[in-house]
Amino acid sequence: MDSRTGEAGILARLLEGLLSGRIRIVDLTVTLDQRTPTIVLPPELGQTWPFRIEEISRYDRRGPATYWNNFSCGEHTGTHFDAPVHWISGRDLPDNTTDTIPPAKFLATAAVIDCSRDARADPDYLLTVDRVEEWEGIHGPIPPRSWLLMRTDWSLRTDPEAFLNMGDEGANTPGPHPDLIPWLISERDVIGFGSEAVGTDAGQAPHFPIPFPCHHHMHGNNRFGLPGLCNLDQLPPHGTLLITAPLKIRQGSGSPLRALALVEEQADD
Amino acid sequence: MTGPVGPPRRKDPTRRTRLPVTPPGNRSREAHGLAAMAAAGRFALQCCRRCGHVHYPPRQLCERCLDGELEWRDVADGGRVLAETTVRHANDLYFRERLPWKLGLVGSDAGPSIVAHLAEGCERGRRVRLALHLDRAGNAVVAASPERDASRDDPRLREMVFDPRGRRVLVVDGTTGLGRHLVEAFLASGAREVFAGFSRPWNRSPDLAALRGREGVSVYPLDVTDTDAVEKLAALIGDKVEILVNNSSHVRMGGALDRLDFNITRQEMEIHYHGLLRLAGYFGPVMRARGADGPYGAVAWVNMFSAWSLVNNPELGTYSASQAAALSLSHCMRAELAAGGVRVVNVFAGPLDDEWHQLVPPPKLDPATVAARVVRGLERGLEDIAVGAVAEEIAHRLAENPKEIERSIRL
Repeated sequence: MDSRTGEAGILARLLEGLLSGRIRIVDLTVTLDQRTPTIVLPPELGQTWPFRIEEISRYDRRGPATYWNNFSCGEHTGTHFDAPVHWISGRDLPDNTTDTIPPAKFLATAAVIDCSRDARADPDYLLTVDRVEEWEGIHGPIPPRSWLLMRTDWSLRTDPEAFLNMGDEGANTPGPHPDLIPWLISERDVIGFGSEAVGTDAGQAPHFPIPFPCHHHMHGNNRFGLPGLCNLDQLPPHGTLLITAPLKIRQGSGSPLRALALVEEQADD
Repeated sequence: MTGPVGPPRRKDPTRRTRLPVTPPGNRSREAHGLAAMAAAGRFALQCCRRCGHVHYPPRQLCERCLDGELEWRDVADGGRVLAETTVRHANDLYFRERLPWKLGLVGSDAGPSIVAHLAEGCERGRRVRLALHLDRAGNAVVAASPERDASRDDPRLREMVFDPRGRRVLVVDGTTGLGRHLVEAFLASGAREVFAGFSRPWNRSPDLAALRGREGVSVYPLDVTDTDAVEKLAALIGDKVEILVNNSSHVRMGGALDRLDFNITRQEMEIHYHGLLRLAGYFGPVMRARGADGPYGAVAWVNMFSAWSLVNNPELGTYSASQAAALSLSHCMRAELAAGGVRVVNVFAGPLDDEWHQLVPPPKLDPATVAARVVRGLERGLEDIAVGAVAEEIAHRLAENPKEIERSIRL
């Protein structure tokens, strides 16, 4: 409530919208469990821990009134947030870690581009500048300080083997074309790039001229990544507000998070 | 329990499963020397260093010259049956269930006359071969079998070995060359069914691919770092596993100072120590309960260890330490599984000729050789199986002078 006028304030109107269903909440988060796939790297390199969980007690001799668990996983597990410090290109930037990023940056609008048909036809599909411009011609431009989310329906692949889609020459998963990321930064000033695969970059990105261009350019420009999303099919092309707050890990390079989208329903009248 | 065991049959679900009992257990400290020989498959008896007299049963002093220096020496394993008897009544629960039971006195070529368990065909006057075995309680006994044509199906001998024939075997990791060759060797030995585990299905393994669809083999997801996965598989097949082989392994270079990485050391402990513990926790209880479940009941738990579990190789320092932790755990499991007559077999192998030992100088072991030795060791009832020159040398040097090997071991 506005303290001077007595009218309902913005937050009260937001809550009213949520309760009335005018604003829909879409959970963009996959459930974490022991089958949650993590990035596959050559075995001689450092490896991320998979999600593991051990029961502390379940109303038993270990704790008669209590059910709780210990869990462990890498910072980049499941639906997660990539902070700029994750990549060497972003290591010297200010406020580049999960504990120092200004919290206001965890709220941003999102543009959602549907590449599900392309990814179904070609698992190595790369989203290009041309394609985004074509999309903008229909839906309007990506506003500044907005996420670009690449919908591929890849999250429907619930079998870890199909999700990671490893071949003889590495992973075959969709992602952004190397030219797209610099353009998104300089021409559209996005806050970050989100996708449904295990990482924001395509499976074959290690072989690009600049390997892992989404990581390299986004983090090198103090922007973020949001891989492992799901339910992007429930989002409109424009008009989504994302809430993407990672855990406040000191010097954290990222963290699993509960990614939530607020979507304003079109009024019936 | 006379005559050969028949083929394995499905269980009658209306019948109470026989509870495992074990043969009488107490032995003197000297007599456990026999267990050490039996564990390694040696027919060795105490011999006097001064006068050479050969003793059985073991004792503290030479019965001929009273010298106290008795040492274990491999001796001739032949003999002739001097007398035989068939036990038709016993108060001991273990033998009571297995009557009639044949015992005899064997005049051994090595000297002493020895009371031995007699296999079928060991009549009075016949030449026999003597062997030290560990009985279901883990104690050393002497068994005699015909010099020729000993049957694998002799029920009394089967009690003292871990014959895979007719049994169902779980090979924990079917994604490696060793895993595949273990499966093949068990099938060749007559295993009824082999279950092969795999973790990280996205790591396309040619060895696992070779096992898929093979008759008598079924593959299951099994990641020993995942408690839930181990519990689920135990719920699915735990009551079918009669021999479990834990061959999961994670080989990485590094010591406590050089190349230290806690992510690697944690993974080593997760796979070698906690992995074994998870398997023990979920597969152990039902295996222990099925130790007397017919002639094909649960019989052995096999751990594939590195020979460096016995003495730390500093170039694989944290790996060796995690293997030693698992080795210690195996001794705990041996004590706990003993109540069911299920025996823990530890295999100590030198470096394998695989992608994780690329820079290790030869001799390196062909996984097929290791697998064959493991299965042969089970058929013979061995408890400690050293495979390859590296493992044998380590065992030998440890017995001789542990300080020497501790100071000189390197890749």
